[in-house]
Amino acid sequence: MTLAEILAGVFPQGHSVTVRDGLVTGGCPFAGDKTLHVVGVDGDTPLGVDGALVLSRAVLDAVRAGDKAPILVVVDSDSQRMSRRDELLGLNECLAHLAKALLLADRSGHPTIGLIYGHSAAGAFIATALATRVLAALPGANPSVMDLPSVARVTKLPLDKLQEMAKSTPVFAPGLDNMVATGAVHVVLDPAKPLDGQIRDLIADLQPGDDRDRLGEERGGRPVARGIGEAVIAHAGRL
Amino acid sequence: MAGAPAASTDPDALSWYEATARQRVVALADPGSFQEFLPPTERRMSPHLPLFDLPRAFDDGIVVGRAALDGRTVLIAAQEGRFMGGAFGEIHGAKLVGLLRAALTLKPAAVLILFDTGGVRLQEANAGETAIAETMRAIVDVRAAGIPVIGLIGGRAGCYGGGGLIAGTCSRLAVSEGGRISVSGPEVIETNKGAEEFDSRDRALVWRTMGGKHRRLIGGADAFCADTVSAFRQAALDLIGRAPAFDLATLEAEQARLESRIERFGDCRDATDVWARLGVNDPEAVPAMDTRAFDETVSRVREADHDAR
Repeated sequence: MTLAEILAGVFPQGHSVTVRDGLVTGGCPFAGDKTLHVVGVDGDTPLGVDGALVLSRAVLDAVRAGDKAPILVVVDSDSQRMSRRDELLGLNECLAHLAKALLLADRSGHPTIGLIYGHSAAGAFIATALATRVLAALPGANPSVMDLPSVARVTKLPLDKLQEMAKSTPVFAPGLDNMVATGAVHVVLDPAKPLDGQIRDLIADLQPGDDRDRLGEERGGRPVARGIGEAVIAHAGRL
Repeated sequence: MAGAPAASTDPDALSWYEATARQRVVALADPGSFQEFLPPTERRMSPHLPLFDLPRAFDDGIVVGRAALDGRTVLIAAQEGRFMGGAFGEIHGAKLVGLLRAALTLKPAAVLILFDTGGVRLQEANAGETAIAETMRAIVDVRAAGIPVIGLIGGRAGCYGGGGLIAGTCSRLAVSEGGRISVSGPEVIETNKGAEEFDSRDRALVWRTMGGKHRRLIGGADAFCADTVSAFRQAALDLIGRAPAFDLATLEAEQARLESRIERFGDCRDATDVWARLGVNDPEAVPAMDTRAFDETVSRVREADHDAR
């Protein structure tokens, strides 16, 4: 689905969400009287220092307004913008700041919902979609950490071997199914059904806390993380 | 295995850069006070690395536990940069997440994270990436509970990729000359954008752009340490005492701080241009300055110290 189709589905009455330089911002009445804020990245755009601060400003504006309205984070991005300028200016601080803004919004009573409908990778994925309380995806989305040719280069393993391993090993391979299996993506939406209702249901069903390790264990993509975390907590409690 | 020789190492003489993760933790804490959670004797090893015919570590490259620091209880995590570049795998990440979640009930005086990481472990990329997101959420929860989370950065592997984002989530950061903080590493930028964009073999360029001195001058880190364990201990004690709250006011201040940085320095090509605009008299001399001279330089730079993190 394109962003235009998604926004038409989320706001059947029309909307004023805008896209500028690949950055999505706006907010409109949703499902009755309450506003739904929208921020995000469209068009496979890399996220650099400038874009991260545009999005974080929009999120902080919503928090300051104090309306506790939900925030939808729509994502079709590249990875973080890879450049000398971005690193010189502190890209790690800017991406972390965006993630912190979204986490603050969540703590301040704003339901935060991620929606990945295209690509996303690495630092851009962590600072946006992965900083929401619940992350949904549309079929065809392609989240990854790194593409397989790059993995082959770094790990010095043959690409054909990696492609073969990717079929049976969700823990390292790119793609939506694998991110669902690790628990990073909570749910895949049905594009044939009205999106506004599905987003409304996600907001209504929000669970407290971070349940991604439990989902990863149940789905088999991250078999040991939950148990290790629990074991550390148990060990800490015994001392 | 649990670092008996390191216990006797003199913190004043022990190089942070050269030390192992376990040596750093033992020498950083009050003598004899460190107790490790899930120590190597429990052999919690990666279930995934054998698929790649790679060796495993009994601790998956991270040491977590509790210790006393000047008599107060702290929780500590230390990444081992010598194992898989300190990268986040499934168990490695889960140990850090578990430690942070434990802080919510134990209520220590602080959580210390000794970063030494290249980012996500590609052989377990999806698990590592998700663990980084869980870590950032957990840090925010711990900070919001009033517990400072302090990052210490001065290891061989630096603090790259998702590690850089986690560092940016901490309350305060201490860094040494050898510490580098960045998202994309030099080789990653060069591979994707070419040597004209970033020549990864130009080590001076790497240190100027990502190194501890640049981060400290622009306010990307809150303390600069000599490369000894005792210097990092002193910095940690100082930073615990002045950690910013996690709230809207702090993040609004950080928004203003980062916007102002980009407005003032967004057209700079090199770190030396940034330092000149910050008012540093002789920017070319910064890389060679010793700790004392550098501290004096920092004290005259207004942007270096703030509560906006």
